[in-house]
Amino acid sequence: MRKIKSGCDLEKWREDILSKQKQNGVVISVCGGTGCHAYGCKKVKDEFAKTIRKKRNDQTIHLKFTGCRGFCERGPIVTIQPQGIFYQKVQEKDVPLILSETVEKGKILDHLLYEDLMTKQSVTSEKDIPFYKAQCRLVMGNNGLIEPTKIEDYIGIGGYQALAKALFQMKPDQIIEEIKSSGLRGRGGAGFPTGRKWEDCRKAPGEVKYIICNCDEGDPGAYMDRSLLEGSPHSVLEGMIIGAFAIGGSHGYIYVRHEYLLACKNAEKAIIQAGKAGLLGNNILGSGFSFDVEVAKGGGAFVCGESTALVASIEGRIGEPRSKQVHMVEQGLWGKPTNLNNVETWSNVPLIINKGSPWFSSIGTEKSKGTKIFSLVGKVKNTGLVEVPMGITLKEIIFDIGGGQRDGKPIKAVQTGGPSGGCIPASLFDLPVDFDSLTKVGSMMGSGGMIVMDEGTCMVDVAKYFVHFLQEESCGKCLPCREGLKRMGEILDRITEGKGDAGSLSLLEELGEVVADTSLCGLGKTAPNPVLSALRYFRSEFEAHVYQKKCPAAVCTPLIQYSISETDCTGCGACKKVCPTQAIQGDKKQSHRILEDLCSKCGSCKDVCKANAVMVQ
Amino acid sequence: MDFEKVGKIIDKHQQKRTALISILHDIQDHYNHLPEEALKKVASRLKMDLNDIYGVATFYKAFSLIPKGRHSITLCLGTACHVRGGPKILREVTKLLNIEPGQTTKDKKFSFCAIGPVMFADGKFYGEMNPVKAKRVIEKIGKNRKKGNEVKS
Repeated sequence: MRKIKSGCDLEKWREDILSKQKQNGVVISVCGGTGCHAYGCKKVKDEFAKTIRKKRNDQTIHLKFTGCRGFCERGPIVTIQPQGIFYQKVQEKDVPLILSETVEKGKILDHLLYEDLMTKQSVTSEKDIPFYKAQCRLVMGNNGLIEPTKIEDYIGIGGYQALAKALFQMKPDQIIEEIKSSGLRGRGGAGFPTGRKWEDCRKAPGEVKYIICNCDEGDPGAYMDRSLLEGSPHSVLEGMIIGAFAIGGSHGYIYVRHEYLLACKNAEKAIIQAGKAGLLGNNILGSGFSFDVEVAKGGGAFVCGESTALVASIEGRIGEPRSKQVHMVEQGLWGKPTNLNNVETWSNVPLIINKGSPWFSSIGTEKSKGTKIFSLVGKVKNTGLVEVPMGITLKEIIFDIGGGQRDGKPIKAVQTGGPSGGCIPASLFDLPVDFDSLTKVGSMMGSGGMIVMDEGTCMVDVAKYFVHFLQEESCGKCLPCREGLKRMGEILDRITEGKGDAGSLSLLEELGEVVADTSLCGLGKTAPNPVLSALRYFRSEFEAHVYQKKCPAAVCTPLIQYSISETDCTGCGACKKVCPTQAIQGDKKQSHRILEDLCSKCGSCKDVCKANAVMVQ
Repeated sequence: MDFEKVGKIIDKHQQKRTALISILHDIQDHYNHLPEEALKKVASRLKMDLNDIYGVATFYKAFSLIPKGRHSITLCLGTACHVRGGPKILREVTKLLNIEPGQTTKDKKFSFCAIGPVMFADGKFYGEMNPVKAKRVIEKIGKNRKKGNEVKS
């Protein structure tokens, strides 16, 4: 690798890379995101590599193993440039055909194309797929273009240009001013203005200052930070170096969940590459500015996403938060001024420096600028990571991008903000998505989890799920969170078991308010949100559990019962075959019945019954 | 058990107290859990109180003080998997193996960590699971073991 000693060197390197790329004819990109990995993309990529090497050894085909492209539901995804063909659900066996037909003859393989769910027409290119059409992929866009482990790819698309601009054409104060006027707010949850945080940290007295990237993505329904760090680690790194230069930081940490193996690996590789290229370490690009970064692995604790707990964890201690009377920007890691931003926030920085704050602030709403990545999951047709301009409505995300309901049941709510957020009912789907409007209706932006729920989802069960998750993850330091959540969980357990009484709901609300008002850290303060918002919008479901002892969505097992309708049952035996507990009896072509004692209420029989004879009550 | 490796791991992290979590990760990767003797060694080398190390080792979910089974089954119980029916699979697996999440079967064959319907067993992902498929996967893993095929855990 060459060592870059100045801004001119960087530009020359980029020109070299681009001139080499021009000679290449076809670029085949296989998505290597975690979702596609679960569908076997590694095998597809290996098969491409093997076949290209064996049969053709063709210099005109260039194979790339890129980061996550977002449309995880349809993985493994393969795109072919320059034609811009988008193939989905590609398997190993499709590889020879793609090479011989599409690459050689230019023929498009219909069976691998995405079929528009509305028009039933096959779509050839990514930009025409409804899932991508309404998106604005500024930050995620790099993921499909580059190989995360190749710094040359990142340089080729203009990487580290923003760093050169910041180092040689701007003063630290100017950079902070630029970030401030862009209106960028923290993407980790609370939405604190990034520029102000940087300014406070710059002004804080102290020789040593630390820069931290938070990739301890704790929301059990979100994975955009993971995909960004996996797919474009150099964007994150570039943002951090620019931030360090502006703030005066000398050392940085990327705190990653240990479960994110690929993210850890790619971040570590990127740090080594950037160091070798002279973009990190001593005297960056010959500017005289020095900055180092290392990866710190988490130990699997949700609370470590909270900044003060995260810092304790990097120091090798138990991840307990502390009171924030003294801010992190004054006393953070080892008592020194520390600036912490999350992965998505850092990834936005190079864009703002490159294109300017007026461009950035032209996207979004009055108080929320730019784009936000959401992980659109749950009971919706198209699931995956979507990046949209702030201010888009929930309806557009769920119905235009997500394609609407999945299992034939109408959508009733969306949960945003993870365990700190809340449920928003379908009646409010015209709400524009930005930091302030989500908070106004009792939820929050959070890190961007968006879980769609339909009539088959029980809101009491979801509330219970979050409370139990948070109870498990409570660090135990302060009483309201430790004990309050436990009691809330017990009350919800009783309600879902049909043992709730008239006082249960008011007690739940009262406890929730106390936990919110008196907990020490942000996690405890927001922990009752899922319950309180569910009670606010779906009180009738709670009441059905308490008074009628019924679960309207047929989820809470103690309150439901499976039976087979004698008149509808054809006696095909399909249910008997799938029942994991052998709870179904009946001879062939005779009506079947369910033995209540053995039934585990898993619902497998209902899923396979073609005659719709299995009933839930 | 041989604890020479522990010393090497501590050396690798330059005997730094702040690297405690990384040191424990490496020990766990090597021994499949955190043996008491290893923690004592860490305490004496880092000049730390064993209590503090015990605190860290039990606070973070990544660490286990008891040996884990040969096969590990991880069931995703994230919000998206939850609303698509994860808990149904949890009930089925719990019943089949007769253990609760976090426990190991008596024959040390299975460890089960509950983290919907994505199941991660022996380094392989199984997507779009349902209770019936879960049963099949577990039966398959059990059979492979009987045949003497070593499956990585």
